[in-house]
Amino acid sequence: MSTLARLLKLIAPFKWWVTLAVWLNFLAIGASVGLMALSAYLISKAALMVNVSELALAITSVRLFATLRAILRYLERYFSHTATFRILTHLRVWFYRAIEPLAPARLMQYRSGDLLTRSVADIETLENFYIRVIVPPIAAALVVVLACLILGAFDGSLALALSVFLSLTGVALPLTMRWLGKRPAGQLIAARAELNAMLVDEIQGLADLLAFDQADAHRAKVLRLSDELQRVQEQQALLRGVSNALTVLFTSLAALTVLWLAIPLVSGGQIEGVYLAVLPLTAIASFEAVQPLALALQQLEASQAAGRRLFELIDAAPEVCDPTESASLRGAHAAPRATRPAAKTWRERNGVESKRVTKQSHSRLEEIASSSYGLLAKTDTDLTLAFKDVHFRYHPNDPLALDGVSFTIPAGSRAAIVGASGSGKSTIVNLLLRFWDYHEGQITLGGRDLHDYRADDVRALLGVVPQNVHLFNATLRDNLRLANPDATDEQIKAACHQAQLHEFIAGLPLGYDTPIGENGLLLSGGERQRLALARAILKNAPILILDEATANLDAITEEQLFRSLESFMADRTVLIISHHRVALEHVDQVIEVEQGRVISG
Amino acid sequence: MTEKRLLRYNRLAHGLLSLAVVAGFLAALCVVAQAWLLSVVVNRVFILRQTLTDVLPFLFVLLPLAVLRALFVWSGDVLAQRAASRLKGSLRQDLTHHLFALGPAYTRGEHSGELVNAVVEGVEVLDEYFTAYQTARLLARLAPLLIFVVVLVLDPLTTLVLLFTGPLLVLLLALIGSSVKDIAQRRFQELSWMSAYFLDMLQGLATLKLFGRSREKIETIRAISTRYGSTTLEVLRTAFQTALVLEWGSTIATALVAVEIGLRLISGDIVFDRALAVLILTPEFFLPLRQLALKYHAGAAGRAAAERVFTILDTAPAPVGGTQPAQGRGYDHPRRAPVTRSDIRFERVSFAYDNGQRPALRDFSLHIPHGQKIALVGATGAGKTTVANLLLRFIEPNGGSITIAGIPLSEIDPATWRSQVAWVPQRPHLFYGTFADNLRLAKPQATQAEVVAAAKAAHAHEFIQHLARGYDTPIGEQGARLSGGQQQRLAIARAFLKDAPFLILDEATSHLDAESEGLIQDALDRLLRGRTALIIAHRLKLIYTADQVVVVQAGHAVQAGTHRSLLEQGGVYQQLVASYEGGGR
Repeated sequence: MSTLARLLKLIAPFKWWVTLAVWLNFLAIGASVGLMALSAYLISKAALMVNVSELALAITSVRLFATLRAILRYLERYFSHTATFRILTHLRVWFYRAIEPLAPARLMQYRSGDLLTRSVADIETLENFYIRVIVPPIAAALVVVLACLILGAFDGSLALALSVFLSLTGVALPLTMRWLGKRPAGQLIAARAELNAMLVDEIQGLADLLAFDQADAHRAKVLRLSDELQRVQEQQALLRGVSNALTVLFTSLAALTVLWLAIPLVSGGQIEGVYLAVLPLTAIASFEAVQPLALALQQLEASQAAGRRLFELIDAAPEVCDPTESASLRGAHAAPRATRPAAKTWRERNGVESKRVTKQSHSRLEEIASSSYGLLAKTDTDLTLAFKDVHFRYHPNDPLALDGVSFTIPAGSRAAIVGASGSGKSTIVNLLLRFWDYHEGQITLGGRDLHDYRADDVRALLGVVPQNVHLFNATLRDNLRLANPDATDEQIKAACHQAQLHEFIAGLPLGYDTPIGENGLLLSGGERQRLALARAILKNAPILILDEATANLDAITEEQLFRSLESFMADRTVLIISHHRVALEHVDQVIEVEQGRVISG
Repeated sequence: MTEKRLLRYNRLAHGLLSLAVVAGFLAALCVVAQAWLLSVVVNRVFILRQTLTDVLPFLFVLLPLAVLRALFVWSGDVLAQRAASRLKGSLRQDLTHHLFALGPAYTRGEHSGELVNAVVEGVEVLDEYFTAYQTARLLARLAPLLIFVVVLVLDPLTTLVLLFTGPLLVLLLALIGSSVKDIAQRRFQELSWMSAYFLDMLQGLATLKLFGRSREKIETIRAISTRYGSTTLEVLRTAFQTALVLEWGSTIATALVAVEIGLRLISGDIVFDRALAVLILTPEFFLPLRQLALKYHAGAAGRAAAERVFTILDTAPAPVGGTQPAQGRGYDHPRRAPVTRSDIRFERVSFAYDNGQRPALRDFSLHIPHGQKIALVGATGAGKTTVANLLLRFIEPNGGSITIAGIPLSEIDPATWRSQVAWVPQRPHLFYGTFADNLRLAKPQATQAEVVAAAKAAHAHEFIQHLARGYDTPIGEQGARLSGGQQQRLAIARAFLKDAPFLILDEATSHLDAESEGLIQDALDRLLRGRTALIIAHRLKLIYTADQVVVVQAGHAVQAGTHRSLLEQGGVYQQLVASYEGGGR
């Protein structure tokens, strides 16, 4: 299906809004044509020194058209913009919904700076598609018919002349502009996207640029792209200028031609002289309808380019497909449900003495926390994790990231996966999380193939502290609550205490309400990781995965952290990805990987 | 204020804009001539019963007049765009220059999405502001005046209608327009915020998925987008109302003129050709005002964007921090000669983040003798990274002094100083480009062989060569598919390539696994040889190689000495080492 057809299909639910906008647009221009024609008639008739009473109807009509014109215009603008914003919201939601299943596997090849341009700017470019592309041509066609009917009533040649100039302005000119403007429109979007990516780099990588004294070089690159953007924009302005100038020219020529043709007809008596002024003025007024058409086609190009990019992005097949029916065995559903009674118990227990909780010592908080979280682990679900001869590569051209990996982690036990960077440790986590799908071998959870579960159900069972934590530009509390929207402040505090983060937060002037900046840039590496750990604790899932979770911590903090986590890890299945001996001391088995293979387990 | 500053920001742009307005005025002159000639022709045929041949000379003048008018319209458009381009170009140039001067402390503190929005979208908004709004605004002052004078000559009585409706409309326009401004500002903020929010959601999709929250964000986006739409509509509705009043004023004025001159024609007070010319020119009197009203939201949006841009430009670089030379004595003559000896001293240096809200260093003193390796150890958040940031001049001390071979650091040209420093940060920023491009950041003119050699030394070569396109593989956003160890090995490779006499390792080995750490240890030993270095270390091996170890606690240097002497002293260091030995290697 073509981009245009897909764009039209996207707004199909809004077709009545569009119809309304078309009619209001037509009537507004029609009123304007009527006003000019009647005014000219009025003074021409008056010039014949007729009785005032003979002008009464014309006088009333002129006033009516004048008022109607303004009101119709207002309504048309108001309703078409209302429709546009509804469509825009519809588009944003549509886009997010389409892109959500693709993350993160299919989005890695794009830069988020580029994604920003795509999603925000491209979607806003489509705003023009509805106001300036769809409505004007239809309304213009109606006005052309109306104007030609008026002139045709006097003489066919007049209607013919007008229709020639109207179609030159409304059809030939836009088509020529479309042909000439095709390249600049695409270039414009590309240049803007690249400049945007450069500026994102400048702002986010400023420290690196300064440290390597690349400020001048980068600035030069930005300015070169800025010049490129300007060049394309000036090229477009040149076209826009030609288009505007020709529109003005054709309007003048239409009036002149109509006049030229009408003069002999008046002299010959076929047309009454009183109508001579009416004819060129009607012609001029009707051009209002075709004026926006040249721009409409240019906008169409931009809209199609934007639409193409959006579709291209979302057309990627999702990496992971959910089964039509999820395995609803013990593993998948029992555990997430089990979190509810646990949370309830916690509230019940603390409901009465909630006032005192804030005053309680940290050790008491810890006790509350561990006892309530401990409940979950007692649910009798079999969460044995097993990899059986799993092969995997990220991309058909890439080398194997996993080359026949097999191991079993019995429910409730702790395992560590160690190995050099790039040995495949993180890939194991990516597969477990179902961010990517394996195609050879088998991963089982509670005896069932991972493919049998919905990805969401699997993830609900996993509490992960990832290597690269994404923190949202919100407060600490919001970032923590992401893991468990129902968590009480006390639960959040207890989780942070276990993650050795509470003291740090309590020391901040705004405490848990401290905003942490874009991607948590105001936090240090260690603080980020502990925040991620607190999230995992709040999530309270039966399987805990620590992916290099303590890499940014100093040895003392790390040791304290593991001691503090001891109660949380009790009876949970734990998978630690680390090379620290600290971590290894706490595990039942060590699985060593090298170049995608298990070398000892 | 903002408007004037913007107009005067670039003189060439201002000049081009003036020319565009002149072109618009000349086009208006053509309109007057066309209206007059048209009326004369109609009058001669209709009233005086002349034939085509009689009026042919007039028609022949009308033809080139139409062409001339079209030419003026075209040049007006082109000139206005040139003006906008110049202005945007110079603003972008100054912005990007200024961002570097403001330094990482500013760009980290701000929402970088919002900054990007101000720098890219904010500047782009000024395009329409200049080409559409400013030309319309200036023309709205000239063209109606011209028409007024012409009508005054043709029929003084009709000017009464214009005199009555014209100023009334201008007044209404001003009244409604002032309320548009505030809402437009809100719209721009909301747009910035909406962009930042959307980017945050897209970047965090993996995290949202981890917690099973990604789908519910659909509703949040719907809610925010709806709110954004209604704010925008609010702005536009005000603009539409302005347009409604103006449009009605102009159409009803046309109707009034038609009726008034119609009645006077009956009584013979006015001749037909003048009457028709006045009728045709009446809408032209209002046209520039109406066009200005339509551009009003472009004007308000432009002003709001300009204010945001000027706010960034007006933010004074915190004493130094970026590429600007230091204030004070060194301002006029920053030292550009390389400092030959990297003898570094911190004397009672204090620093606090967030305008003194978050103290990081207090009376911190440190001596790094030339050629020595100093290791900083201490708990997370003790202030070690701040020391590195101060040395790189990303931030400036609030108190105390930092000297290099006796010369205050603030008097040395930052670029000159940084050219002698190789920095291995905690998290290197990986740029849009290939692996080779990213390594060449450290030395743009490096040959392929040099790049490969540096990568080999940092043990980055192994994983890079396994990639489908080797060194020419593009790096994804934030190096998403690179492990922490791999990212850090790239940072180390950059340091190798830079080959500077002074080295700052910021937790350089914390992400590396046992195997690479061993290999990199050799490489670092080689890199460190003959260089002065500040090492922010978490691993004992790096500490052993240091000439001196400084223990940092809560922003103070609490202990200093060799590994052995500190061990004998006991205290914080002993605890640290005990846990390193228990937990590290």
